[in-house]
Amino acid sequence: MTANVRPYVEARAQKGLWAASRFLVLRRTSQLFFLALFLSGPFLGVWIAKGTLASSMTLGTLPLTDPFVFLQSLAARHWPEGLSVIGAAIVLAAYLLFGGRTYCSWVCPINPATDLAAWLRRRLGITFTAKIRPDLRLYFVGAVLAASALSGSIAWELINPVTALHRALVFGLWFGAGGTAAIFVFDLLVAKHGWCGHLCPVGAFYGQIGKVALLRVTADNRAACDDCMDCFAVCPEPHVISPALRGERSGATPVITAGDCTVCGACIDVCSKQVFHLGLRGRNAVRPDPSMTAPSPAARVVSSQPAVLERDLP
Amino acid sequence: MSDSSSGIPRDPRRRKAMQDMTRFGGGAAVAATMLTAFGVSSRARPAQTLRPPGALPENDFLAACVRCGLCVRDCPYDTLRLADWADGPAVGTPFYVARNVPCEMCDTIPCVKACPTGALQHALTDIAKAKMGVAVITSRETCLNLQGLRCDVCYRVCPAIDKAITLEISHNARTTKHAIFEPVVHAEYCTGCGKCEKSCVLTDSAIKVLPIEVAALKQDEHYKRGWEEKTKAGGALVDAPLKLPVRRPEGGTP
Repeated sequence: MTANVRPYVEARAQKGLWAASRFLVLRRTSQLFFLALFLSGPFLGVWIAKGTLASSMTLGTLPLTDPFVFLQSLAARHWPEGLSVIGAAIVLAAYLLFGGRTYCSWVCPINPATDLAAWLRRRLGITFTAKIRPDLRLYFVGAVLAASALSGSIAWELINPVTALHRALVFGLWFGAGGTAAIFVFDLLVAKHGWCGHLCPVGAFYGQIGKVALLRVTADNRAACDDCMDCFAVCPEPHVISPALRGERSGATPVITAGDCTVCGACIDVCSKQVFHLGLRGRNAVRPDPSMTAPSPAARVVSSQPAVLERDLP
Repeated sequence: MSDSSSGIPRDPRRRKAMQDMTRFGGGAAVAATMLTAFGVSSRARPAQTLRPPGALPENDFLAACVRCGLCVRDCPYDTLRLADWADGPAVGTPFYVARNVPCEMCDTIPCVKACPTGALQHALTDIAKAKMGVAVITSRETCLNLQGLRCDVCYRVCPAIDKAITLEISHNARTTKHAIFEPVVHAEYCTGCGKCEKSCVLTDSAIKVLPIEVAALKQDEHYKRGWEEKTKAGGALVDAPLKLPVRRPEGGTP
């Protein structure tokens, strides 16, 4: 369990800087993109998306509503009228296609803060971590829904640091950013991946969608794995990797099926052996050819498998 | 439990699972209780914070409002704001303070149209029927008109002038020769927009818009107004005149 302090070094040396940081760059771009949709209005007067991540209206035509907020509203016994029903259905459908917790790693504004905490942990060599079981957050989902039902209010939105930070950025309600600061300190000093990986009920809810979502990461080239453990060092949910990566003997699918996986692609970036790729649930074929482990980028073979969405061409 | 006598669990894994479930379940119950208490306490909001037009009663509003801020975005006068932690109303919910920026009562009610959940009821299509609150003369002691002066500002700025606020003339007993023009609010027509509170010339406004639940406008069900019941029934409900027993002490003078 000794995590590599600089897990990306080998990948950068073998694949080049871009291939070893592609998903990180894409994710930050995506996070900025979704934020920019909301910020262009108040800052530039060009209104693209109005509202917040809880519920929004894009270009006056596309309503989007967070299905977890919607569910709490139902638990509080309000039957929504208006566009939130359609909005929640659209968001639900989108994440059923695009991976459930992709919300966490590609959209959520808190992700850069918790990523920074995890990175600092590695660089500063902070190994202490409070032991929290990752399924505790599922109990929190139950607690949030129970509290909504009992108090007759959308309970989690009173303290939800995700939408609080979004409101801070989009509406200038700066008190709301305090929760993110607390999470950063918690993740850095108390528990590794403490918030997103163990406690956040929003992520836990999207994780339930992720259990059946189509877009997944697959360890389809697991034959090439040399057990360097770099993927475990960078993965925010390391427990999701083993069943897929080490499932060769038991014949388990190479697809990371666990809902907890955020499809952040850190494992794809960090792996110098090209073990991981984006894939689809149900596409269980593995790449049989061990020649894929060739160290030189020039020797790489591009798979023609239709299951692979992204390619490794430089 | 059956193997507690021996002190050795029969199946340690099952025992561990049960322990975890109890611990996590207990933790979740504590979290749910605290969150519930917080949810219930968030119903309280300062009396000077008003909800947008068409808002459900506060308890229902907090179940319906997703804190998206779409109403705030579509308010053309920047009347509406989203509550930050220190503002008072439940965090992230929309409100306005009449003394700062009152509601301009747009004909098209864009804030209600923007609401995706019905927390602002879409049934409200006539802004004159909105009930964001009700104006009340909270300080008879300082209101200039009630001192016998002619200020009239609250009356003049009222969008429902002569309906929501009227000036009632009475004798000025202090001077014995002048009149008092008392501003009187008629709740039936008052939308609670807050223009009167905003325009009051005093440092501390003598007329304030209170949330409906604070102003308590609803008559108790069990009070029946005889004159109204009479009209409804189309005639007297009791056979007049009643013969009442005479109650005076024996031998007393009539």
